[in-house]
Formats: sequence, C-alpha cells, structure tokens
Amino acid sequence: MARLTINGTAQTVDLPDEVPLLWALRDGLNMTGTKFGCGVAACGACTVHIDGEAVRSCQVAIGDVWGEVTTIEGLGTPDAPAVLQQAWVDHQVAQCGYCQSGQIMQAAALLAEVPNPTDADIDEAMQGNLCRCGTYPRIRAAIHDAAQKLQEA
Amino acid sequence: MSRIGKIARRTFLIGTAAVAGGVAFGVYAARKPAPNPLTPKDGEVALNPFIVIDGDGVTVIVPKAEMGQGVQTTWAALAAEELDMDPGDLRIQHGPPGKAYYNRGMGTQMFPTAEYRLSGWQEALGNQMSVAGKFLNLQITGGSTSSADGFEKMRQAGASARETLKEAAAQQLGVNRSALKTEGGAVIAPDGTRLSYAELAVAAAEIKPIVPDLRPQSSWKHVGKSQPRHDQMPKATGTAQFSLDVRLEGMKFAALKRNPYQGGGMAGFDPSAALDMAGVEDVINLGDGVAVIANNSWSAMQGAEAVVFDWTPGTYPETSDMIFETLRAAFDGDVNSTLLETGDVDILPDGATEITADYQVPYLCHAQMEPLSATALFTGETMEVWSGNQIPIHCRDVAAKEAGLDPEAVTLHTTLMGGGFGRRGFLDFTQYAARLAVKMPGVPVQLLWSREEDMSHGFYRPGAVSRFRGAVKDGRAVMVDGQIAAQSATASLMSILLGMAPMGPDKITVEGAFDQPYALPNARVRGYLADMDLPVGPWRSVGASINGFFFDSFIDELAHAAGADPLAFRLDMMRDEDARSASVLEAVRDASGWTGKTPDGVGRGVAFCHSFGTPVAEVIEVHQTDAGIKIAKAWIAADVGIALDPKNIEAQLFGAMTFGLSAALHQQITFADGAAEQANFYDYDAIRMHTMPQVVDIRILENGHRISGIGEPGTPPAAAALANALFDLTGTRARRLPLAEQFDFAV
Repeated sequence: MARLTINGTAQTVDLPDEVPLLWALRDGLNMTGTKFGCGVAACGACTVHIDGEAVRSCQVAIGDVWGEVTTIEGLGTPDAPAVLQQAWVDHQVAQCGYCQSGQIMQAAALLAEVPNPTDADIDEAMQGNLCRCGTYPRIRAAIHDAAQKLQEA
Repeated sequence: MSRIGKIARRTFLIGTAAVAGGVAFGVYAARKPAPNPLTPKDGEVALNPFIVIDGDGVTVIVPKAEMGQGVQTTWAALAAEELDMDPGDLRIQHGPPGKAYYNRGMGTQMFPTAEYRLSGWQEALGNQMSVAGKFLNLQITGGSTSSADGFEKMRQAGASARETLKEAAAQQLGVNRSALKTEGGAVIAPDGTRLSYAELAVAAAEIKPIVPDLRPQSSWKHVGKSQPRHDQMPKATGTAQFSLDVRLEGMKFAALKRNPYQGGGMAGFDPSAALDMAGVEDVINLGDGVAVIANNSWSAMQGAEAVVFDWTPGTYPETSDMIFETLRAAFDGDVNSTLLETGDVDILPDGATEITADYQVPYLCHAQMEPLSATALFTGETMEVWSGNQIPIHCRDVAAKEAGLDPEAVTLHTTLMGGGFGRRGFLDFTQYAARLAVKMPGVPVQLLWSREEDMSHGFYRPGAVSRFRGAVKDGRAVMVDGQIAAQSATASLMSILLGMAPMGPDKITVEGAFDQPYALPNARVRGYLADMDLPVGPWRSVGASINGFFFDSFIDELAHAAGADPLAFRLDMMRDEDARSASVLEAVRDASGWTGKTPDGVGRGVAFCHSFGTPVAEVIEVHQTDAGIKIAKAWIAADVGIALDPKNIEAQLFGAMTFGLSAALHQQITFADGAAEQANFYDYDAIRMHTMPQVVDIRILENGHRISGIGEPGTPPAAAALANALFDLTGTRARRLPLAEQFDFAV
C-alpha cells in the first residue's frame, strides 16, 4: 500500500512497494496517459515529473517516490490544454502519438529549467525520448513555439 | 423485426465494385453488394457502411488501422467534402469487422509489372481484381493503399448520404430534390428552411440510396488542403486510448512468455518461483508458452521471467552465419522470378567497363513504440476482444476459433495503435489473448508482450543478399544484372490472409529493383527464395526497403565508375523512361541546390526509389565533426498524383525517411542458439532528436494521373542516400547494413 500525491490529489495504491510508479499509475489508478515502451529507461515514453523533475516512471518503485507526481493528465486536459500541449496540436506533432506523453513531459521539464532553449538544449534534453514515427522536427518546432508563447505570457 | 433492424440489413453498393466485367470471379457475385456490417442502436441510422447519423450528428466509419499515418482524418475529409460538412464536425469511429470494408486499393499492386509502366487496361483490370478483396475478406490496412482505397468510396459514401438526405427533405417539403442545397450538416430549402441531417436520417434510411456523380476536383473545399488531425488533442493530453490502455472492471494483467527459439515447443515448465512473487496470481499454460496472471503488468512480467522452462529446439538455422549461408545458397537453386529482362546481359558491350558488387541487409524488427497486446473477455457464449490490428476480420475469426464460437459471437474493437509498420498485420497477439481468455471465463484479461518478448518474437523484415553486375560506357549505364535472395515476406502474410502461400513470381522480393524507371539497354533482375521457418513478414515498404538500398547503391557505384555526377547520371536514364520520376529527381536537385561538388568535411548522396506507385527522391548531407559523422540535412521530393493532405504527406515523408535512416544506422536482429540477440532499445536503437537531420525542404508533386500512397515510399531511398553520402564524404562504399558497424557516427 503506497500513498502518493498525483496531480495534486492524494492517492492510495494497493500494490507491492517494489512496483514501479508507471504501473501504479496505469494499472493501479487507471491513469493510462503515461505509456509503457521499454521498461528499462531506454525510450522515455513513461516520463513523468516528481517535484518538477522529469523522471522515467518505469524505474521508480512506488515505495521510493520522493515527492509530488505530475503526469500528462495533470499538465492539461483537452478542454484546458497547457500552452505546450496546444503547441503540440498547432504543429500537428503526433503521428501514432504513443511516445508523445513522454515527449511533452520531458519538454515541460526543459522549459521550466530553460525558458528559451536553443536547438542544442533541445538535443540534450530530448535525446532520451524515442519516437519511431520520426516526429522530431515538429517536436522541436513545438518546443520553440511554446517557449515563445510562455515568455510572452 | 424493428425498423432499425431492417435498416441495418439494407445493403449499399460502393464504388466501382459495380462496374461491368467481373474478370476473376464472375459478374453476378462480384457485383453483389457486401452487407452493411453496422448494427445501429436506438436512435441511430446507418445510411451506408460508412455514415452513421444520430441525434448528435454524423459519424464517419473509417475501418482502417490508425497507426499514425493520419488515415482517419483524411478519410473523414473525403466524406465531409461531399457531405458539405466541416471535417472537424464529424465524429470518427473504426467500426466493426465487415466485408463491406474490403480494400480495393490493392489492385494495381497485383501485377508483376513496374507500376510506372502500368497501362490503362491494366489499371482497369487491377480495379476489377481488387473486388476479389471482398471475397478474400481483405479488410486490411497496408501496402500504402488507403488513399487509393478511400479516394472514391468515401466521397461516394458522403455524396450518396447527402443526396438521399436531400431526397428525404424533398419528400417532406413537397419540392424537387434539385431545388435543395446542403450546408453545415443541413438541407436548405429555397425558402431558407433548414432541416438538419439528424432530423432527416430516419426518413432517408427508408429511401433507396441515391448514387450521384462525384464533385470535380476544382470544387473541393477540404480535400487537397491540410486538415487539423482529429487525434492531435487526445494524443497531446494522454487521453487517446491505445490497445494497452483498455481498462475493464475486474481486469487482470497478464504477460506472455514463449520459446525464444521461435517455432520450438514447450516440453514443460516450473511456475513455482513465479507463484511465490507478490502480485502474481496464476501461471496459465497456452500450449507453446505461458501467461503469468497478476494484479499489475509489472508483476506479471517479473513472474514470466521467473518461470523455469524446458524449451525444445526450433526448426531454422541457429546462427546468423548459418542463416545468411542459407540465403546465399538460394542462388544455386531455382530462379523464382525474372521480372525484368531486356537486351542481353550475358555479353559485355564493346568498350564497356564492368563493375560487380555484393550487398547484404539484416533481419529487422518493427519495434513499434507500443509493445504488442490485446484484451479479451470470454463469457462462454460470447467473446469481446480489444486489439490494435491491421486485419480485423481475420482477428475476429481467429478469436472465434480459439473460443470455439461462431464469428458472429465475437465482438472485436480495433483500437488506436502505437505504431504498426506491418507488425499488426499478424494474428498472434489477438490469438494468444483469446486463448488465455477462454481459460479465464468471465474475467477480462489484458495480455502484454514485454519489449523483450516483442523484439524476440517478430515477423522480421527478411534479411537479404544480392549480387550485381553492371557496365558503363561513355558516361552511361549500359548493363545491370541483379540477383536477390531472401525469404518470402509475401508467403508469410498470405498464408494468414488466404490460408495458403501463393505460387509464382514473388514480386515483393524484387520490388524496388526490377521496377525502377531507368532506360537500361541490357537489364535483368532475378529473385531467389530461401526456404526457412524463421518468421518474416512485411515491414514498412517491405521488399523496397531492401532493394531501395541494393539497387540504388549499385546505380550510384555505376555513376562513379562512369565518372558522372550521380544525380545527372540517374536523370539521364530516367527522362525518356518516366517523366514523372524525372520531375521528382529534378525537384530534389533544385531544393537541395545540388551541384555535385561538396567541400571537405561534407558529403552528399542522392537516392531514388519508385515504390507503391509513388516516386521519391532524397538527398542526405553528412558532416565530419570532431565527435564523428553527423547526418546533418535532408531534402525529399515525391509525387503522389493528387495530394489529399499536404501537411500530413510531409509528416509521412520525413517520418518514413527517419524510419529508413534508423534501420540503416543502427538496426539488426541477429541470431545465436536460434534466438534473437537483441532485446530492447539499448541494443536496437533508432534515430533520436540529436541524431535527426534537419529536414530542409519537402516538395510534393502532383503529376500523376492517379492517386498513390505515402505511408511507405519515403523509406526505401533513405539507406541508399545515406550510404551514397558516406561514400562522397569518405570514399568508402558501404555494401551492407547497418552502417554504424562500419563508420564512426556522432552519437
């Protein structure tokens, strides 16, 4: 039994302590926005924030979660998307879309740390997030666009 | 029977299935319409298999696998065009399996002829032959056929619904149908009266469907313009539901484990260590493997690794060396195909210089981002299945077979797919989930492949070897003689689709080589098939992914041997053979500012491949940096005949190129002790943000006389363009993939 704070809400997950956060979200709480791609931190599809830091949720046991968890569902909703999510829509980034929750969570952490990232910053921050559809040019464009809009706001 | 029941049984004739002829299967049967598979609920009306109307508006059924290619949005726009609706106002559903959804875009691909050479009668015959899809249950998404498949029939579905709704309004208002207009989902009378489609639907369903002419291209408002994809917001907010996201009340989570020596059996297993693990509830025998049941997917996967197995050996050679030896030995066997033979390749033309080269490409895994899975619930009398698949009728039927039920007792939901690339055109994930559900009556269960299980149990893109001989004289190619040997991906897929492997020439093994638009006075391409049990299958662009590298690399070698500029060399041979292809090459030349000269530390390569009816040319630029070679820039040009959605076509082109570059750079499945040696993305990597080239320009041409597909054709030129660029940079010719084994890339 683990007690977690997810997207600002206290949650109890009735799973063994060694189960990774990814599966507590997906299977314990039916929060399926966070995706399983590899299980070994090699693809980034499961990226969430813990206390604002981007982490691979497949590698963090629920017994070890050290802070407040934010998932893609907590970033924004279809009716009230975050600026970054709206930039993803505006640039028509997704193809299959399966990796994009992780891409967006990684990009959100980047923008929180570096409000106006260079292409080199984006290369550095995003290289752990794999996309088999090859959407990288539009991910890059969406990050730059969101950075600009967030700075204007 | 209720009125809705009658409506559900109403049949609707779609598209040119009705045209005279019926070449392959007889006129009457071929013209008989397929039944409407939709069973509308109370308050819903299905005007035809593609358009459903209820009180809330219009739903368009797009019975195609949405695996990222944007087919749902494009097909909805085609229907919207004739419905006089904003595409964004349409709801989209995949719909059930149904014969009415057979793929009639595959016709012209059936000919053992280069597509650029297809004559008018062959195209007409191809359209006839594709009616066969209805008999063969070919509701399939693949072969880059969706645009051609839906181009007429979704507009016809929209047009027929519109006119039939207008007729209902005409009868209600006592006016002539021709006096009515449609706009924004409503019929407008001359006096301004608005009748919404929703309020006319029930009356329209009682009217024999009207089949009007389609509107001319010049009047299109939506088709041909970039549409906002309807799935973008769900995918940006984590609310899109993929196969693995199915959640049902009381659902159990299961992980599959099968013999890593594929095709081998299971002599026994000891589940005790798994059963001792927290969260694990059961280990269930599936015949040639087990499913570990748990209260979460991770514990199920951990449990699957803890089961001790007694596997029996498989039936294909144990190592990559032995497998490739078997491929090479195929050259000593019978020729399977000689689909290109012109002039005389046995005599070296006077004064010509001879060039020979052998090439090799590895087996490849699809490695779609979403690992395979399916979810099933068996009640004893019925089964409900959720599966992200490319062949719904076959998936429904295999689930029924596992359960001993009639197909009608199985409800199949085709979900969104986290990538497919050909892997979801197979039945295994649906079949094993159904088999498991039968052993757990009344309990919904989701069966998951770990990434390792997925990668080690592929229907791999076949590895292949080739031998090329050629000759140049006076700056031109005067001879090409190619031999290609591989396992047949066609036989593997067709034995699932048709229950048998087809006889005769295996076109896919040589596509991308025998069918290229070059005027060669002496040319021959022969295919050889190696017979092994190693599972193979289609992989984005299939044979063209192999031969795009083999054939274009050899053309590049000939150009250099001839002392010619590689792009001008190709263009010279192409202009008289196929002007459309030549325009594509010229477009990429102009876009990239190709001069044939590159400064020190910079290399450029061009490659071309005509596949799935679409000519594509790519230029890749590589830079030597202190950290290694960087794939710096890319330019793409393609001709799709009619561009239905330019922004989506761009995405497919750079995406497909990236897919090809990923394979060219990093990927191979090798075998030891019969098992795949690669397990996960750490040893089967792909292009990432920092290794992705800048896509400088994409040019979309529309010179074709018919529409052609775009999901795959961007892949075949990628490996050759990169290898040709590396030759320009380093002087070293790459004749095998992957390239990271031979060059020092910046990673």
